[in-house]
Formats: sequence, structure tokens, C-alpha cells
Amino acid sequence: MATVGDAERLIRRGLALSALGLAGLSAVYVLALRFTPVERWQGLAQKVFYLHAPAAWSALLAFSLVGVASAVYLWIRDPRLDRFAESSAEVGIAFSCVMLTTGPIWARPIWGTWWQWEPRLTLSLLLFFLFLGYRALRTTLGDPAERARYSAVVGIMALVLVPFIHLSVYLFRTIHPQPIVLKPSAPSLPSEMLRTLLFSFGVFTVLYLGFVTTRYGLALRRELSGGDDA
Amino acid sequence: MIELLRVAMALAGKDLRVELRSRIALHSSVIFAAMVLVIFNFARDPGQVSKEALSPSVLWVTVAFAGVIALNRSFTLERENAAMDGLLLAPVSRSAIFLGKYLANLAFVGMVEAVTLPLFVLFFGVDLRGSRGGLIGLLALATTGFVAVGTVLSAVAVRTRFAELMLPVLLLPFLLPPVLVAAQATTRLLAGRPAGEIVGWFRFLALYDLAFLTLGLMLFPALLDE
Repeated sequence: MATVGDAERLIRRGLALSALGLAGLSAVYVLALRFTPVERWQGLAQKVFYLHAPAAWSALLAFSLVGVASAVYLWIRDPRLDRFAESSAEVGIAFSCVMLTTGPIWARPIWGTWWQWEPRLTLSLLLFFLFLGYRALRTTLGDPAERARYSAVVGIMALVLVPFIHLSVYLFRTIHPQPIVLKPSAPSLPSEMLRTLLFSFGVFTVLYLGFVTTRYGLALRRELSGGDDA
Repeated sequence: MIELLRVAMALAGKDLRVELRSRIALHSSVIFAAMVLVIFNFARDPGQVSKEALSPSVLWVTVAFAGVIALNRSFTLERENAAMDGLLLAPVSRSAIFLGKYLANLAFVGMVEAVTLPLFVLFFGVDLRGSRGGLIGLLALATTGFVAVGTVLSAVAVRTRFAELMLPVLLLPFLLPPVLVAAQATTRLLAGRPAGEIVGWFRFLALYDLAFLTLGLMLFPALLDE
């Protein structure tokens, strides 16, 4: 049985991990601005990429894990999975905000428009809306067991919806940069840029883990102190 | 399997009987759909956007919104007098309850569409010669899928404090793929494009239907556990 002490320990651990991630983030800034060459065609605007792509990665990781945790929850009914799904969804929303704000900042000078109805943009926006709805649902359901089951059902349906959204919006011509790291041939990125990017991916993963651990600890503490009114 | 269908039909029959006795929800949904069609006509600059160019979007946005309105009533019906508890006490499988609710919703949304389609043809001067069968098939195929999602989500939404608001928030992202695909297919149908260009869109809808009907049957029982 988890105790308040466990919750406090998780929060402390999460905060430490987040602090490490934030220190890493400052390192990403220094690395990207000082030690990585300026891209020839896009100029300084390309620097956004070192934040945008890793934030998108963390958001997608967060949302996928909500779906997986939901499916396993309905199977074994472990409340820890529900608490994790709640935490991961919220952290995913935060990373989505980073992705959805850094994207247009880059797109304005490069595409000449803040927003474009392009498959990946549409998908990420829809995911953002889906999980805002998921979060809203959680806050309006009172009974914890009911909340866990209901949000698990919605979490699974959201996971299944993703390929359908992707497939349907793909019918529109894409102008999003194509994958340059994870593709069949070798990454077509100068090694300094690749290094900064991979480092940033690592930092954002640490940030994700830190945030989720903290949020999980907070949820646990709220439950144990009986303040779970939601 | 036959038992499942029998129970589902009985349940759907009960819902439709309740509905047809008062007809309030049906009337409101139809009036709502008709008003959306009217508003669409006036929410455009006739010199810039022709009725014909806008018509596929009009049809599908109207169908989607009317569908959300219609689905809202599915489980609010059971909330009154704790009718849901009676349903749960009945010795029938949970999947049969889903299927029954689903069939009733399908019939209900189908009735709303049966009124919307002729009104749409009338208001937007659409020439259906040659595309009538295709369009009705498209409506059936798209409705089959989104009503399955809507049945699950309306059971979820009804337990929240703001059921009428929660359903659209949860359901609209799920409506994007069928609405997008159906509107594209409608454009091509109305333009008399060859079948080979359209069949892919139909396949997409069939896949969506299959995925979410299966998911509904599998997940719905989890909503009813106590």
C-alpha cells in the first residue's frame, strides 16, 4: 500500500529529474546557438527545430503511453496505470503547447504562413484537442473507479483514431519537412546538427520523465490525503 | 449470437418506441438540421462561392452536427428514473446493450438524415441524377461508423456533470476522418467522376466502421461494470 511518504518521495524524485532536464535544456540552447552551424537556407529560424522536434516527440510519447496504459488498465485494473495515464496526458498537453507554438514561429519565415492545413500539423492539433477533451472528462467524473474506466475507454479510442486521422488528412499535399533522422537511408544532417538534435531529444525525454513522475506523485498524494474531489 | 441480436433488437425497439411516442428529440434534430442548411446558405457571399461548390461541405457538416445532437439523447433517456439500473439488472449481455443502443441510434440518425438529404437537394439545387445511389451508400457507410463511436461516447458523457457539452468535445475529433473523407467523395460523386476514383474513399469508411464497431463491442461492457 502506498503511503504519503511514497508520494513525497516520488515528487522529490520527479522534481530532481525535471531540474536535470531543465539544466539540459539550457545546454541545448547553448549548444544550438553557439556550437551548431547556421543552416544555409533557413538561417537562424532553423534553430527552432532543436526544440520543436523533441517537444513533438515527447508529446507523442506521452499520448501513446496514455493509450497503452489505458488498454492495460482495462485488462488488469491497476489504479497505478490510471494515475499514470492521467499524468502522462497532462504532460503531453504541455509538450503539445510547446510543439504548437514553436511550429508557427518557424513556419512564418520559412513557409510564409503561420499555419498550414498539412497532415502532421492537423494530426498534432487534433491530438491536442482529443487530450484536452480527455482531461475535461477526467475533471467532470467524480467517482475514481468510474473515472478510471471511462477515461481508459476514451484513451484507447483516441489511440485507434490516430491512424485514421493521419490517413485521411494525408490526402492533402504535404509541405512539412520530411523525416531526416529516422529514415531508411543514413541521416542527411551534418554531424554537429545531428548531435545537438539527438541531445535535445534526450533532454526532452528526461523532462517528460521528470514531469510525469512529479505529476504522478502529486496525484498519489492528493488521493491519499482524501482530497480527491476532482 | 442469435440471442444477442434478439435482445439488441428488443432494446432498440424500446428506445424507438419511447422516441416515436413523444417525437420531441426527432423533431428538434430535424429542425436543427434544416436550420443549419439555411444558415449555411446565408453564411456565404453568393458572388464568390457558388451553392454547388459549397454543397458537399454543407451536407457533411449538417449531418455531423445533427448526429451529435441526436446522439446526446441516447443515454439521457436512461438517466431519468434510474432506468439504466433496470437495464443493468436485466439478465442480458453488456454487448447486447451496446448493440441495442447502437441500432436505435442508427435508426434515429438515419431518420434525421432521411429528412436532411431531400432538404439539402432542394435548398442547394443539387442534381442527384446518377449519384443518388452512391450518395445514399456514402451516408449509410459514414453514419455506421460515427454512430458506433457516438454510442460509446454518449454513454461516457452522460455520467459527467455537463453531458450535453462533453459529448461534442469528445466526439468531434472522431468525426474528422469520416466527414473529411465523405465530403471528398461527395464532391467527386456530384461531379460524376468515375467509380475508380471514389472506391478508395468508400474503403476507408468501411475500415473506420469495422474498427470502431469492434472497439465499441469490446469496450462498452467496461463502462457498465460496477
